[in-house]
Amino acid sequence: MRYLPLTSDDRAQMLGVIGAPDVDALFADVPRAARLPGPVDLPAHAGELEVERELTALSAMNRAAGAGPFFCGAGAYRHHVPATVDHIIQRSEFLTSYTPYQPEIAQGTLQVLFEFQTQVAALTGLEVANASMYDGSTACAEAVMMAQRVTRREKAILSGGLHPHYAATTQTIAHAEGMEIVRQTAAIDAEAAVIDAIDEHTACVVVQTPNVFGVVTDVTKIAEAAHAKGALLIVVTTEAVSFGLLKSPGEMGADIAVAEGQSIGNALNYGGPYVGLFACREKLMRQMPGRLCGETVDADGRRGYVLTLSTREQHIRREKATSNICTNSGLCALAFTIHMTLLGGTGLAELAKINHAKARELKAAVDGAGLEVLTPRFFNEIAVRVKGSAAALVEALAAQGILAGVPYSRLDPHAGLDDVLLLCATETTTSEDIAALAAALKAA
Amino acid sequence: MTMQTIGRPTRPEGSTEAAGFQSLTGGRGLLQDEPLIFELGGWTKTGVDLPEVAEDASDLAGLTRAGVDLPGLSEPEAMRHYVRLSQKNHAIDLALYPLGSCTMKHNPRLNEKAARLAGFADLHPLAPVSTTQGALALMDRLAHWLKTLTGMPAVALSPKAGAHGELCGLLCIKAAHEAAGQGHRRTVLVPTSAHGTNPATAAFVGYSVQEIAQTEDGRVDLADLEAKLGPDVAAIMVTNPNTCGLFERDIIEISKLTHAAGAYFYCDGANFNAIVGRVRPGDLGVDAMHINLHKTFSTPHGGGGPGAGPVVLSAALAPFAPAPWVVGGANGLQLVEEAAGDAAQAFGRMSAFHGQMGMFVRAYAYMRSHGSDGLRQVAEDAVLNANYIKARLSDVMTPAFPDGPCMHEALFDDAWLDGTGVTTLDFAKAMIDEGFHPMTMYFPLVVHGAMLIEPTETESKRELDRFCDALRALAAAAKGNDKDRFKGAPHLAPLRRLDETLAARKPRLTWRADSSAS
Ligand SMILES: Cc1ncc(COP(=O)(O)O)c(C=O)c1O
Repeated sequence: MRYLPLTSDDRAQMLGVIGAPDVDALFADVPRAARLPGPVDLPAHAGELEVERELTALSAMNRAAGAGPFFCGAGAYRHHVPATVDHIIQRSEFLTSYTPYQPEIAQGTLQVLFEFQTQVAALTGLEVANASMYDGSTACAEAVMMAQRVTRREKAILSGGLHPHYAATTQTIAHAEGMEIVRQTAAIDAEAAVIDAIDEHTACVVVQTPNVFGVVTDVTKIAEAAHAKGALLIVVTTEAVSFGLLKSPGEMGADIAVAEGQSIGNALNYGGPYVGLFACREKLMRQMPGRLCGETVDADGRRGYVLTLSTREQHIRREKATSNICTNSGLCALAFTIHMTLLGGTGLAELAKINHAKARELKAAVDGAGLEVLTPRFFNEIAVRVKGSAAALVEALAAQGILAGVPYSRLDPHAGLDDVLLLCATETTTSEDIAALAAALKAA
Repeated sequence: MTMQTIGRPTRPEGSTEAAGFQSLTGGRGLLQDEPLIFELGGWTKTGVDLPEVAEDASDLAGLTRAGVDLPGLSEPEAMRHYVRLSQKNHAIDLALYPLGSCTMKHNPRLNEKAARLAGFADLHPLAPVSTTQGALALMDRLAHWLKTLTGMPAVALSPKAGAHGELCGLLCIKAAHEAAGQGHRRTVLVPTSAHGTNPATAAFVGYSVQEIAQTEDGRVDLADLEAKLGPDVAAIMVTNPNTCGLFERDIIEISKLTHAAGAYFYCDGANFNAIVGRVRPGDLGVDAMHINLHKTFSTPHGGGGPGAGPVVLSAALAPFAPAPWVVGGANGLQLVEEAAGDAAQAFGRMSAFHGQMGMFVRAYAYMRSHGSDGLRQVAEDAVLNANYIKARLSDVMTPAFPDGPCMHEALFDDAWLDGTGVTTLDFAKAMIDEGFHPMTMYFPLVVHGAMLIEPTETESKRELDRFCDALRALAAAAKGNDKDRFKGAPHLAPLRRLDETLAARKPRLTWRADSSAS
């Protein structure tokens, strides 16, 4: 087997050094009844060619986003990722290293994390950020639990524009920890409706901008209302490219900002792995979940980086830790950092403008096709009312080779919004794609 | 302005750096000092060429920001910056990386190639399922392999890492208890040797944690377990093979006692790589177990993730598994994304979408490459390599549990360092100078000054011998009064020992313009 270096001679010699008659002797502690006499009922080993053939065949059964007109968003976005990014993340030193527990021989990873944290803080307009969470949805759940630790209150109010998967994840995880999760009814343009629900038991309100319907909201008033009652404002963003154009969560008064970072540096990957961004005000730093990278000096006084404030974490604090997270999204954070470095602030702003322009073009085309656009202020996504079932329409257009967005009912079948279709355009969307969609919508 | 004059003082007076050859620029040959991008990049520079767009004429007035205050680099500069940084990392591809419990094995590049096929990488999670049949088939095949290898009837694929899998397993257990009117069970029993994520996860779910004692020979103390298994206990969380690298000999007794007390058996499967293909956790009475695909099934650790932590479940827990999952149907494979109908007992959702697809592809490629025969060999060679290290080092270091074989990792304590003035930490740092990554230190907590060595099956005998020779030489030096070698270690790494106390006392987590002022 090509991944196993030991020869039978090696094995025999090593058993001799150990003083064991055979390898079975090394498994002597396994109860006899539980020892499998031979291989389980699965296919035997296969060469690289055979495995590649099987996986290529499976891959060919999927319709890649790049195969034709494509308009899906709703939490995962197709952007162009420079070739440099994928090259660097495949360097052995980044790909095949562990969490940087030994800082002297992990400065590469650690300096990247420090750059990542700084970029995330700048994008979200907050003072500190951690070294990543699994994804945006789990970051959202962690933020809600952090609000409970900070405020010692139990209630969280989730807006009706929060991505339903984020709401469900938060409900599952934070509720298990004992919090009361209030989910507002799905609503296209009503992030501010959370204000009326805030009371003295409220730990936090969670709003999303742009929200799952694509609506951009200035959350300043929500922040003021939350703070007036001693609650925190958590702002969720699923499209990180929007940070290039829109007011940052910090600027609008958010205490914690969480985001899905996939858009920058990471492929769609059918939903994972992605990278959760997590930033907050400096005074809340010690309640943050996850790894933090901090600056320090070495014995010779040279600047260097280490994982720090680990007394918050599971390996030190055990049942009193701020989170149970251990492995996070290191390599996806690296991809984010490299892409962000290539873009720079000006590149990201340009990219965001292009995305917005494409979405305006999309909106005009959809208007022209006679469909009602429900999103008043948008970045690169719009919600559209279709005739009949959006899911059926999407299936029909898929048969014509057009991936015509996400039916809202796919995310939340119980909202009674079966005729709402979520459409997204990015820099990868061409005018021809948009024309093809408009023609198909008109004909449908 | 050079790197050494910015940020925190980098060469203060009284520097302990050994006198020796100095370059004129402060550089060290191929090992370049590398500033942060915030000190290198241009605030208007960019490394991407984007088309011009007409000025924004939309109705976002009042909602936009003034600009994004981050520097950029051109492509050649960015390449150099990150390649230089990469050279400051140790990696499996460079040398044995014996971090116990972490399973640093070779990461096959076929897996990277497969995960980048357009049909997997460029696939949207919410594309119509009729256009993602290959992805669903892959998830289905992966699930079949995981269930067959573990002898368990169900698997939840969506958890994103081991700790997330623990959470998933405990949530299944909680839901099962609640459905059975046993919601009053509030305690989870965890051995003192457990990984930190176990008690942290139990607390996350709102359980209180009680520790189970360990016997002299590094296993769960059955009498203590029996005494603590009361009507308030929801579950036990036991790692097997355990974090001392030992198989729990009484595992079947443990599961019987647990079930008799009405509790469930959560097994931490981080060490499944030691028994894959030879032992099925389902035969041991396990109710739920996460599998770190980034350990047993070789998906790369990536400097701290991403991983994947599917959870296999017993028949008793299967109905409570979280959405989504794949089912067969007349029109091909379908994805159940909501708890409804037959799936009404599902406890909820672990995250957005369907789990770590990129990791599923890699892990499946690894399984198919090894096959059922090769996976069995994986466990055998992993255990053989660890026992070989234990045999070769036991006369110079003190094995924590000398009697009997270990499984996939060899655990030593620091008794052999008594009187040398050298600590486990010093010893580990000295390994860096010899070109090896240190082993896991001070874990598990039950062994004094623990040194947990996990070689994995992908090390050759030659590399194992090189490693053992280096540790033997270091052990002789420690006992031979060569204390400076250890106290100052590492001497030859990109940086010397870092001041972690300073980092925590005055946390500086982001770069700020004022911190670069010279
Ligand atoms: C024994 C044990 N349990 C649980 C975990 C947590 O797994 P993960 O890092 O994938 O969350 C680890 C890994 O570090 C481990 O070694």
